[in-house]
This record gives sequence, structure tokens and C-alpha cells, in this order.
Amino acid sequence: MKYIVMMNTMKAGQGVPAWPKKDLQAHIAFMRGINQELHEHGELVSAEGLSFPDQAKLVRAGKDGRAITDGVFPESKEFLAGFWIIDVDSPERAYEIAARISAAPGPGGVPLNMPIELRPVMSGPPKEMV
Amino acid sequence: MTTPWNATSEHLLRELAPQVLGMIARRFHDFAAAEDAVQEAMIAAFTQWPQQGVPENPRGWLIQVASRRMTDHVRSEIARRERETAVAAEAETLSRTLEIEADMDPDDTLILLFMCCHPALTPSSAIALTLRAVGGLTTGEIANAFLVPEATMAQRISRAKQSIKASGAPFRLPSPQERTERLPAVSHVLYLIFSEGYASSIGPQLQRLDLAREAIRLARGTKTLLPDSPEIAGLLALMLLTDARRAARTGPDEELIPLDKQDRTLWDRTEISEGIELLTAALSKASVGLYQIQAAIAAVHDEAERAEDTDWPQILALYDLLKQVAPSPMVTLNHAIAAAMVYGAAKGLQLLKALDTDPRLASHYRLDAVRAHLLEKTGDYEAAIKHYRIAATRTTSTPERNYLMTRASRLASD
Repeated sequence: MKYIVMMNTMKAGQGVPAWPKKDLQAHIAFMRGINQELHEHGELVSAEGLSFPDQAKLVRAGKDGRAITDGVFPESKEFLAGFWIIDVDSPERAYEIAARISAAPGPGGVPLNMPIELRPVMSGPPKEMV
Repeated sequence: MTTPWNATSEHLLRELAPQVLGMIARRFHDFAAAEDAVQEAMIAAFTQWPQQGVPENPRGWLIQVASRRMTDHVRSEIARRERETAVAAEAETLSRTLEIEADMDPDDTLILLFMCCHPALTPSSAIALTLRAVGGLTTGEIANAFLVPEATMAQRISRAKQSIKASGAPFRLPSPQERTERLPAVSHVLYLIFSEGYASSIGPQLQRLDLAREAIRLARGTKTLLPDSPEIAGLLALMLLTDARRAARTGPDEELIPLDKQDRTLWDRTEISEGIELLTAALSKASVGLYQIQAAIAAVHDEAERAEDTDWPQILALYDLLKQVAPSPMVTLNHAIAAAMVYGAAKGLQLLKALDTDPRLASHYRLDAVRAHLLEKTGDYEAAIKHYRIAATRTTSTPERNYLMTRASRLASD
């Protein structure tokens, strides 16, 4: 079963986190480790990190169907920092992975306990069931 | 001398894969490495044979390529060990193709099947390994069928082999008693391959490997190896009797068409008669099991020329039996549907109540979908709409969601 694991952490205008070098490196190493583990387990479908919110555009079609873009977003809004698509054997395994990501180390190595949104990915027709 | 590559060549190649793997694994005493070597030989064959023709002795060709890979592997292993421990070099034994080929064991494919469906493996890894080692498929094809990257699938297969190695399973046929114990796991893996394939066999996924066909091929092969197993015969019959309806189960826009609305002239008569023949033979043999009963239910549906001709009392009786042989909430659910067809929707709704407290099904979309359907039949449209919509939010299947939402909106606009 496939899930999307969404990491919603960034806030508009927040920019690059001003953590000590050691903590930042530990965070990056942690994320690489997660990707490596998911790959080794044969569970990784894809993983993408996203650019910072100040690069985001909101696009809407105008009356003539042409794109109208909007730049800066309200301060309070949370942004998707990145996502994984995983293919796992059970929902429990998906929860476990999401919890691990949630506890990624932040400043001082303290777990961030970020909110991770986990949603099943829709698939083809249902299986025949007896 | 070669013969031109044609429609049967691919089939031949896939049939040879487990035979060659059996011989190489036995000769070199290393299943994991042998499996990689045979995979490489398969890829080489798939690249070269369509252009250069099928060699005169295709099995010998595969053995030669695979054993060359194995020899390379053994050499590098020895070199590594020498570097690490400086032990004396082992006498290098370059195995001869003819020698290996003479060592063919007709049980090899069966040994592999039991090995790949080893209880130490998770279903997804057992499926992947079975398709590659027994089915002769390439990692790319398997990855494509499950819509995951090839590297991910390769990793899944490699981990599966590590688990088998760690479990210490020897490369030999399990004892008759072990075989009896482990046959259900083998059947289950084959059934999962089939249902995965049957579920995804529509629309834009058409170019994907047809897993339902592969499962039927594997079950057919298993049936040849275990001709007296009523379980395998029942499993193959179930697959054929289900697959027969494939062309009718979706419409032109990939929408799902329920059994009672299908164009039955599209059903595959050849598959139906083969399935019924297998089933009849299996039922005359032994005690009835899970797959024979399911196949029997599929057969009753397939034998009805029109939906209204369906022998529902017979289906209900079969579900009664299934409830005893292999009880599960899904069986109870289907039993309730059959009861509703025989005694009316109210009876079905009453039976569904027992499932509300079952944690395995309580929040499963199928329970709401069935309840909605029965409520619609009783004329309680408001409640039916509510449950169609609950079911639509719970399913993870896009065509099913579309179907359920459409049912609800159709009732709402009436």
C-alpha cells in the first residue's frame, strides 16, 4: 500500500533555519539516513524536497484563461517542505516511518516532533474480495 | 544454428529460468548469487535473442552465461577472502555447461516456489521474488507492474534473499509434511499476484505487465508439479473463472461495472469451461478448501446466462460452507449479500449489524458500500446516499470512488 508522507514545517518568510552548523549537519544526515533506509527496505517510491516558500507562486486562471500569479503568502501559513511516497506492507509501518521523520533532530539535537501528514495514495480498481 | 524469435520464445525463456536457476543454485551452493546470475543471463537473452535468434540449445546458452557470472562472482569472493584473511586460494572449479545441464532436477521449480514463498518473508517481498526467480521476469518488469522504481524493487528482492539466507533454508524440496503445511502460503502468494493483476488490469495501466496472466501461468505450472493437489487445482480454477469476466468488468471510460450489469457475452467461455472442468475434478477428490469453494462461487456466477438466472440459494449455501472452512469478516459480508439476494435486502441489513463491531471491517469501505446498496434496495434512499458517500471517502481505489460517488449523486437527483 502506498502512502504520501508530507512534512509541513516551513513558514513564509522564515528562510533558512539559523541553526548551529553541527545541528544542521545532523539534521541533513538524519534525512539522508531515512532515505537510505527506505531505499534499502525496498519501500521508497519517491522523495522530493521543495524550495523555500519565498519561491512559491499561487497561480489562478483569469477570465481569459491566462495565468495570474501571486507572490508572497500570509505569514501564518504552513508550507510543505518535502514529501515521500512510500510503498509499505502495513499502515503500522507507515505510521512508524512518519513518526521517525517527525522526530528529526533540530537545534541542540532535540527532536523537532514536526506534524507529519500521512495519506493513502489512491490506486486502481479494488481487488476482488471473498 | 538459431531459430527466429517469435511469440512463443518469450514463454520458453521464462519457463527455462527456474530450471536454470535450480541447477546453478545447486551447483554453486549459493541461491542468492545464483538468482542474480540467472537474472543477468535472462536480461542478456532478452537483449540478444530477439535480434540474433533463439540459440539451438537455449537452456545451455542460459546455463553458460549464468555460470560464467557465477564463476566471476566466486573468483571475486575468493580474492576478497584472500585479501582479508590471506587463506590459500581455493581450487577454482570452472563448471562445465554440459555437466550442469545433466544435473537437472524436475523438482527444481517446485523447490524454488517453496523457497520464494518462505514464511520468513513479507507478502510483498515473497511476491517480488517469486515473480523473478520462478516467473523468470526481470526486475524492471516487476517494478513496472507495481509502479515503483526499479532500484526499489531490486532492493526488495535482495532483502528477501537475505531473509531466506538468514533463515538457513536448504536448497531442497521440503518434506511431504512440510509441503502440506506450507502449501497455503504458496497458494496465498500466487493468489495475491493474481488479485493485484486483476485489479490493475484496466485503462492506462494496460501497458503494464499483466500480473493476472503471470499468476495463471505460475498456477498452471504449479498444478503440473503438484497434480494431486486439490488446493492448487481450486486456485487455478478460481483464477480462470474470475479472469473470464475481465473484459466485462469495466466500461469504455474505465468505470466499474458491477456483476449484475455486465455484458455476459464478453465473458471468456474458454476460461470458464477450463475452470469448471478443473473445479469438478478437484471437488471429486478431497475435502473442500478455501479456493475450491471460492471457485465454486465464481462458477455459479459464470454459469448464469443473465444476472437474474443466478442461483443465489446455491451461492448462499457455498458461503455458509466458506464461513465454516475459512471464517473472515469479508466472508461474512459476502454471505450477507447472498442472503439478501435470497431472502431480501432487510435480511442482509440485519446480518451486516454483526460486522459493525468487528474492528477488522468496521471502517472498511466495503461494509458501507454493501449497506448503501441494500438500503437503496429497500427504498431508503437518504440512508443509502449517506453510506455511499462514507464508502467513497474510505476507499483508496479511484474507480471505486467514482462509482460510489456516482451511485450517491444518481439517488440524490432522482
